[in-house]
Amino acid sequence: MNQSFQWDAVGDAFPLLLEGFRVTLLATVLGTLVAAVLGLAVAVAGRAPSRFVTVPVKALTEFVRSTPLLVQLVGAAAVFSSVEPLTIGIIVLGIHYAAYTSEVYRAGIDGVPKGQWEACRALSMSPRRTWQAVILPQAVRNVLPALGNYAISMFKETPFLAVITVQEMVFEARKYGADHFVYTEVFTLAGLIFLVASYPTSLLMRKLEKRLGH
Amino acid sequence: MATESAPLKEPADAAPDPQVTGVEPLVRFDKVVKRYGDHVVLDELDFTVRRGEHVTLIGPSGSGKTTILRLLMTLEKVSDGVIWVDGSPLSHVRTPSGALKPAGEKQLRESRKKIGMVFQQFNLFPNMKVLQNITEAPVNVLGMDKDEAETRARELLDLVGLSGKVDAHPSQLSGGQQQRVAIARALAMRPEILLLDEVTSALDPELVAGVLELLGDIARNTNITMLCVTHEMNFARDVSEKVLMFDAGRVVESGSPEKIFTDPEHERTREFLNAVL
Ligand SMILES: Nc1ncnc2c1ncn2[C@@H]1O[C@H](COP(=O)(O)OP(=O)(O)OP(=O)(O)O)[C@@H](O)[C@H]1O
Ligand SMILES: [Mg+2]
Repeated sequence: MNQSFQWDAVGDAFPLLLEGFRVTLLATVLGTLVAAVLGLAVAVAGRAPSRFVTVPVKALTEFVRSTPLLVQLVGAAAVFSSVEPLTIGIIVLGIHYAAYTSEVYRAGIDGVPKGQWEACRALSMSPRRTWQAVILPQAVRNVLPALGNYAISMFKETPFLAVITVQEMVFEARKYGADHFVYTEVFTLAGLIFLVASYPTSLLMRKLEKRLGH
Repeated sequence: MATESAPLKEPADAAPDPQVTGVEPLVRFDKVVKRYGDHVVLDELDFTVRRGEHVTLIGPSGSGKTTILRLLMTLEKVSDGVIWVDGSPLSHVRTPSGALKPAGEKQLRESRKKIGMVFQQFNLFPNMKVLQNITEAPVNVLGMDKDEAETRARELLDLVGLSGKVDAHPSQLSGGQQQRVAIARALAMRPEILLLDEVTSALDPELVAGVLELLGDIARNTNITMLCVTHEMNFARDVSEKVLMFDAGRVVESGSPEKIFTDPEHERTREFLNAVL
């Protein structure tokens, strides 16, 4: 074990890890998309006038939030064993994060002043048009930075998908490591790729945050 | 005036059919009660406004002036009693038996179309340009053609003296300019009744006169019925034909501005006017 760092293994594993990274990225982007859309739907449903809507929605989000992502992944993979693991991974990631993004949207919606709702009512606008033209555009603007931060955390949690045999980057790294007995090198490389991808993204988010916050 | 079945405690069925009387006021508060919990804000309030009339509501803070406008705009629900607008119940519908029950959201939205409101804090939509603020409801609520709505919006902006600000965002406007846009936005819906709740109190002093002048013009040049809550007694005197003095959710007295301001009958009115003038 006390050998020096094997640089040639790094070069050797790199293409494989990149292949895995492609999957990681795909899962993050699509998972974020699901979380963004579903979270919004949950937040809007949470403000429905009927308890028949709000109570189940609240119970479901509570459930999702209080169980670990790993358990949800393994559970979903077991129940839907005929579905492709990557698809399950994306949907579970999306649902898991929707439980959090819905909270972000809720705060964003609550942040729209009461006067905006009243102005809409005074103009006889329909609830649908009120949401679409007035409330959501203002709420979403408030929540974009927070959504971006969740996208980054989701990105860093994609290695959990390896557990349900999704061939993302860490899955590939482990496989290469097991085949060639060079864990340190490939995992260092995988870590570096994560860093290189997420650090600029967080910087970008912070910039966006500043711009939106005036 | 016998009362038969009354779902709410209903003073309304004592009301004559407006079509028959022919002199039905445009707005009639009929024993309107508004409670927040145990706190009675309006206590069997009765008053009427004729079509085309410009009425100023005055009274001490907390006397219920804003509440009256919010009830008329159906932003709040009445606790009891009925508000009649143009001979129809504003926030009630008739059941087949002829009794009145609270209206649903759809019917309320219909009722609202006759009424416009301008708020103290303007409440323009910050995510839309000035022009779209004005065209949004005519297009999407009244189904007006987009070009027609824009033409009209431009005319209205001209009227309120802001033709140069068509493409501005609300945040780029002064308070006075924002309030003018808000007035244009309300007028774009061609309301029969315009509600104005202290529309100048959030403005810098030097911007107040311009907005009041605009409202005076609207009062003189249109047949829109106006209900104004204001602390600007000059405006009340110049623009309105009738002043209603409220206290503790009741009309203390009402009359022409000259009468109320120079020769009030009630001690309470005198006290109030001494405090504000
Ligand atoms: N949403 C609410 N919940 C509880 N109480 C309320 C609510 N809105 C108004 N009130 C109460 O109703 C009363 C009348 O309020 P309203 O705003 O109509 O007064 P106002 O005459 O407009 O006063 P001001 O001149 O200060 O604007 C006040 O005592 C107020 O505290
Ligand atoms: Mg008030």
